[in-house]
Amino acid sequence: MKKIVHYINQFFAGVGGEEQADYKPELHTEILGPSLALNKALEDAEVTHTLVCGDGYFGSNEEAATQELLGMLEGLEFDLFVAGPTFRAGRYGFAAGSICKSVKEKFGVPVLTSMNDENPGVNMYKKDMYIFKGGKSATKMRSDIKVIASAANKILKGEKLGSAESENFYPRGIRLQVIDKNMKPASTRVVEMLLKKLSGKEFETELPIPKNDRVDIAPAIKDLSKAKIALVTTGGIVPIDNPDKIQSASATRWGMYDISSNDDLLEGIYKTIHAGFDPYGADTDPDRIVPLDVLRAYEKEGKIDSIDSHFYSTVGTGTTEGEAYRMGSEIAVVLKDHNVDAVILTST
Amino acid sequence: MVKAIEKTGIAVVQMANLVPVATSVGANKIVPSISIPYPLGDPATPFEEQWKLRYHRVGVALDALSTEVTEQTVFSVKI
Repeated sequence: MKKIVHYINQFFAGVGGEEQADYKPELHTEILGPSLALNKALEDAEVTHTLVCGDGYFGSNEEAATQELLGMLEGLEFDLFVAGPTFRAGRYGFAAGSICKSVKEKFGVPVLTSMNDENPGVNMYKKDMYIFKGGKSATKMRSDIKVIASAANKILKGEKLGSAESENFYPRGIRLQVIDKNMKPASTRVVEMLLKKLSGKEFETELPIPKNDRVDIAPAIKDLSKAKIALVTTGGIVPIDNPDKIQSASATRWGMYDISSNDDLLEGIYKTIHAGFDPYGADTDPDRIVPLDVLRAYEKEGKIDSIDSHFYSTVGTGTTEGEAYRMGSEIAVVLKDHNVDAVILTST
Repeated sequence: MVKAIEKTGIAVVQMANLVPVATSVGANKIVPSISIPYPLGDPATPFEEQWKLRYHRVGVALDALSTEVTEQTVFSVKI
């Protein structure tokens, strides 16, 4: 029987939520959580071990965590490595992609994971491995596990996976050659496509060009001592009563808060409403996320001219790139209106 | 969010702990922070030390804003 090792985070291992995000790597011979479902869906294979690591620990100590995890795998026999599914959890997706890549390089086994298309891990790792298209949240656990298991079954039987489209993974940028006797020659296909295009009909390109969504680098500030700086955060710092009712996750709202007479963001007056990390550090000193105290020091020294009258805040967990972009554009309108020259954006 | 702001021509620097994520999403100027729950001051260390770290890293961020770059740049920090 073939053997699989399965990587999951502290949450799905049942260790705990954000307060346990710094949980260090652990190897379990008794398989846990999603590993049970994966094991059940396998044909001639079994999950022999569950590998667990806190998302925060991995994110903040990528190199050390990778070494510890790889060390645990040394001496184990396994034919395939699975991580996740990670849904829309950004840090989990990052950890899953990173550890899959390292395992593939070191042990030469196939690696599989699953992420939602809004997970930043997709763009970071889709070229390096099979990342299956997954649901937004753990409610899709069952179906996402099924997709991974069915691919694992195929690979372990020595079968090849089909195209990205047919197998539902993110294209890796590798061209899959197939011989299809029924396919029309390229010359015919291109003319048909052209005729469709000319008559305004829908057509499907055979070579989609990936869209480049970089933005031009804004010109640097010539003289900081004449510049007005604004603080923006996705760390969810708000006045203690959260007047704009910004959501703790998947935010669609943002707020701006007057700090023209503050030198410091004090505990008990401001707090974080971000549901994606342990709030202790932010609540006991909100300057750890919105560094107003040191920026005031730079203002007094004359390194900068002034600080905008407001800071701007939303929550960046589970927030889609689309919503983030919209909120960013709305904030930018106010920044322009306030004649802000430059922004320090802190994210968590 | 960084991109939507930068698109309007306002200079922006992102202070982030997961630098690879910030890079992949497309921030052009990045200064590393120390963790996710407390990016700019570890509550387990003395207040003065936190202040020094925060002062230093925000200083790097300000200098980043006045530095002309031609590609995505991660600015290095000393503490």
